[in-house]
Amino acid sequence: MKSLSRLLAITKKEVRQLLRDRLTFGMIVGIPVIQMLLFGYAINTDVRNLRTAVSDQANTHLSQQFIAELRETQVVDIVEFVSTPAALEEHLRIGEISVGVVIPADFDRRVIDPERPAVHLLVDGSDPTISNVAIQLRNMPIAFDTRAAKRRSNNIEVRPSYNPERRTPVNIIPGLMGVILTLTMMLFTAVAIVRERERGNLELLINTPVSSAELMIGKVIPYVVIGMIQLALILIVGDVLFQVPMRGSVLDLYLASGAFIAANLSLGLVISTVAKTQFQAMQMTFFVLMPSILLSGFVFPFDGMPPVAQYLGEILPVTHYIRLTRGIMLRDAALIELYPELIALGIFTLLAMTGAALRFTKRLD
Amino acid sequence: MTSEYAIVSRGLSKHFGNLKAVSELDLKVPRGQIYGFLGPNGSGKSTTIRMLCGLLTPTEGSATVLDTEIPGSARLLKPRIGYMTQKFSLFGDMTVMENLQFIGEIYSFPKSGRKERIRELLAKYDLFDQRKQLAGTMSGGQKQRLALACAVLHRPELLLLDEPTSAVDPQSRRDFWANLFRLAEGGTTIMVSTHYMDEAERCHRLAILDRGVKVADGTPQELQAGTGMHIIEVTADDPYHAQEALDEGDVVASVTQLGMRLRVLIPQQVEDPVGVVTRLLDGHGVQADVRETTASLEDVFVAVTMGTVGHAK
Ligand SMILES: Nc1ncnc2c1ncn2[C@@H]1O[C@H](COP(=O)(O)OP(=O)(O)OP(=O)(O)O)[C@@H](O)[C@H]1O
Ligand SMILES: [Mg+2]
Repeated sequence: MKSLSRLLAITKKEVRQLLRDRLTFGMIVGIPVIQMLLFGYAINTDVRNLRTAVSDQANTHLSQQFIAELRETQVVDIVEFVSTPAALEEHLRIGEISVGVVIPADFDRRVIDPERPAVHLLVDGSDPTISNVAIQLRNMPIAFDTRAAKRRSNNIEVRPSYNPERRTPVNIIPGLMGVILTLTMMLFTAVAIVRERERGNLELLINTPVSSAELMIGKVIPYVVIGMIQLALILIVGDVLFQVPMRGSVLDLYLASGAFIAANLSLGLVISTVAKTQFQAMQMTFFVLMPSILLSGFVFPFDGMPPVAQYLGEILPVTHYIRLTRGIMLRDAALIELYPELIALGIFTLLAMTGAALRFTKRLD
Repeated sequence: MTSEYAIVSRGLSKHFGNLKAVSELDLKVPRGQIYGFLGPNGSGKSTTIRMLCGLLTPTEGSATVLDTEIPGSARLLKPRIGYMTQKFSLFGDMTVMENLQFIGEIYSFPKSGRKERIRELLAKYDLFDQRKQLAGTMSGGQKQRLALACAVLHRPELLLLDEPTSAVDPQSRRDFWANLFRLAEGGTTIMVSTHYMDEAERCHRLAILDRGVKVADGTPQELQAGTGMHIIEVTADDPYHAQEALDEGDVVASVTQLGMRLRVLIPQQVEDPVGVVTRLLDGHGVQADVRETTASLEDVFVAVTMGTVGHAK
């Protein structure tokens, strides 16, 4: 009973301080909304309008028809015609264009000859997205009878089941939820405790009858609530601005998020037991955040990563959470069907909590 | 069975790497007394207090605090001691009232009497007008009064105060000490570290630390009687030259200037210390009035910590 009232005293104090700290309070609302606007509008993996120059050395009827078709794809935006392939390379090097198209003088003959490529593409390989897109161009049919060729190449039709219009926000936002919650939950808890250490409050607190567990749990409760508020914000903005579907159950999503928030809070607690200053706590948060963005399947497809990166990704809570959110929100999967991810989050929380409890002693040395 | 001592430490030591912050400290603090803790900066006062309340684990040695063994059972001790940290450790972004309420809750002070108790403390520590002010915006002395109010709120048996009055003005310091005496009369044992000699003189007993070692302890009277020094007071028109003259004397242990006067410490075994000092001054043509006087606590402090503080040779 005393234990519970001490825990509540800590929580009450934490809330009181939070409400008084305008900047932090602003970040609770600001971080998710701004990040969503930024990522939702800015990230577009559906690449269009690559700046392109063409060196048409054939200048035949067929080559002009090819250039017109190239324009029609909208993948490239032909900004210039140059005379020699060397000029193309020059433009590419200084970054004026991303793609250079060389149409050899014997283009017409090459088109019929299956042994020799009809067109050369010079691509800015320093940007992986651009080279990927350019590879798509390779599949463009070129023939005297383009219609016949088209029929042939459409043997396999790809239909993106859960995102038929291939809108990027639909793919991005369920992952972005994970990244935002990772950032805010971890940072807030770690900083909340380290700040008290820095200000000397901890020396007072650990000299009171409050136990480590009461102190840690009491301090993180407000952040669980904040995490849930942020989640609601993300869902509302996602729905209103980006029409991200919510096909599964909202309750399932909240339960999954609860498990994920717990994992991040315990990681924040671990950081708080290691970091001596708020600055160190922030650095450690970003040390976790970077792989959370890059190795979780948020940016790059998980299956495409080398095994080592996949193992690392599996350790991160956000990897499992993104599978849960994509499953629930986009594919209408039930939480129960996705239980392995839940178990992974549970194990992570348990381990991190144990680590934090072992490291957080009620002593200064 | 309760012992007559609130604190007994045996060979208590704390090392930080190669630094021996506290070395083999033996202390006995009787119950219901005010026990002073004196020592220059870095002599290990705060470190000792932190060990006694279980915040730091001793490298060696142990202590019995309120019949509880340290290290080991510090947890049982928490509700029974009040600790006032040297650095302000309350919440700067909460008001005086909110801080007191929080401390009341965290110590599970009975809800029925809590309001009454806080009102009483606000009055006693002269904080009533500041009760709605954010603690972080208060002056240094006000902060220390609030910290003391928080440390005593749960009526602890033992109070550990680490330089509680370093920022308090002389008038408030008198009130502060009046409060401490009232608490001691009520049976509370108080251990207080300080740099002020007038405060040290008010303690029932005190210990002087120097570089982690206890160099003296006892009642202020005992300490004053046992300096092992003659205390010579020199009043000169030109204290600067007088000091120069005295610095050359082999037997002069230390010279401290107090305005126009100099306090000169000469070891006990030296005969006719007044004559020795007079001759030294005459040799440099310095006119001065030379008298032997009784030791003040400051003299004791200088005598036992010689080599680290004051103008010592
Ligand atoms: N956590 C620590 N790590 C390393 N050294 C420490 C630590 N805490 C204290 N010390 C050192 O131990 C010595 C004693 O410090 P302590 O704070 O106990 O001195 P003090 O007597 O309270 O001084 P002051 O009068 O300045 O408050 C100092 O030399 C200090 O630098
Ligand atoms: Mg100190």
